[in-house]
Amino acid sequence: MTGPQWMDEEAGPLVRPYALTGGRARTSGAKLDLITMVTATGSPRDVPGMGPEQRRILELARRGASVADIASDIDLPLGVVRVLIGDLHDLGLVDVRAPGKVAPLPSERILKEVINGLRAL
Amino acid sequence: MAFAPSEEPVALKILVAGGFGVGKTTLVGAISEIRPLRTEEVLSDRGVGVDDTDGVETKTTTTVAMDFGRITIREGLVVYLFGTPGQERFWFMWDELSYGALGAVVLADTRRLTDCFPSIDYFEQRGTPFIVAVNCFDGADQHEPDDVRIALDLDPDVPVLLCDVRRRASAKVVLVTLVEHALKMLTAAQR
Repeated sequence: MTGPQWMDEEAGPLVRPYALTGGRARTSGAKLDLITMVTATGSPRDVPGMGPEQRRILELARRGASVADIASDIDLPLGVVRVLIGDLHDLGLVDVRAPGKVAPLPSERILKEVINGLRAL
Repeated sequence: MAFAPSEEPVALKILVAGGFGVGKTTLVGAISEIRPLRTEEVLSDRGVGVDDTDGVETKTTTTVAMDFGRITIREGLVVYLFGTPGQERFWFMWDELSYGALGAVVLADTRRLTDCFPSIDYFEQRGTPFIVAVNCFDGADQHEPDDVRIALDLDPDVPVLLCDVRRRASAKVVLVTLVEHALKMLTAAQR
């Protein structure tokens, strides 16, 4: 495991983005849409080999955040962030909830709420 | 289900499409907090030939910068606005962007109306609710929405409206029109 040696903060900008994922461009498990909500499960975080990026994602996901928000906040390419979140999901450290999991389209009630909310902006 | 629907955070996705330089980012910025997003995408066949990859055979990804906007309606209800990449070589991102989208705003510039044909075709084929918002640029001739509807050969139930994407009030009307249209399509489908 060479991970921690080249994942320290100083190396950050010098590392090619997909080096953070060990070269993987796809996740094994859940499909992560841009607006999939990621929420930390609160499980113990001391997982060996976890990099600063994953710790940061766990921090951001504490109160729930979308994949797009997380990618924007940690300023890494979306594909990389997806793999990192996928790993955290595999470890049981985050829950992911895809849009439209409950119903294919939002309910009438939600849409009316959005219309009123937009008007009130 | 562990939670009642009202307790689950809801995120909605609205797309802003249209030709390059039509004002997509301006619209998003007029009504929401703009956030930068970097994507590093594997080059598709469509991208090859546009990007000159001769002599760089190992380059298989390209970085695409895009913006998105976020509007918090209330805690647990957030609307995300994503601009679709204007250049055709980024078509491969559209399927991902439109997955689960509530609807789309197609921005049109009457001086380059053909630029929004691909967007309209795409959303018509996918059955994504969309509206056409004609951005009134300074110096461009004003057209009636019905003229634009005819020129674009739109179905009679697709809303067409004029707007000024720099103005927040105008951007609000555009988004409200889209969500109302999506709601209408939803209730029609349930009947």
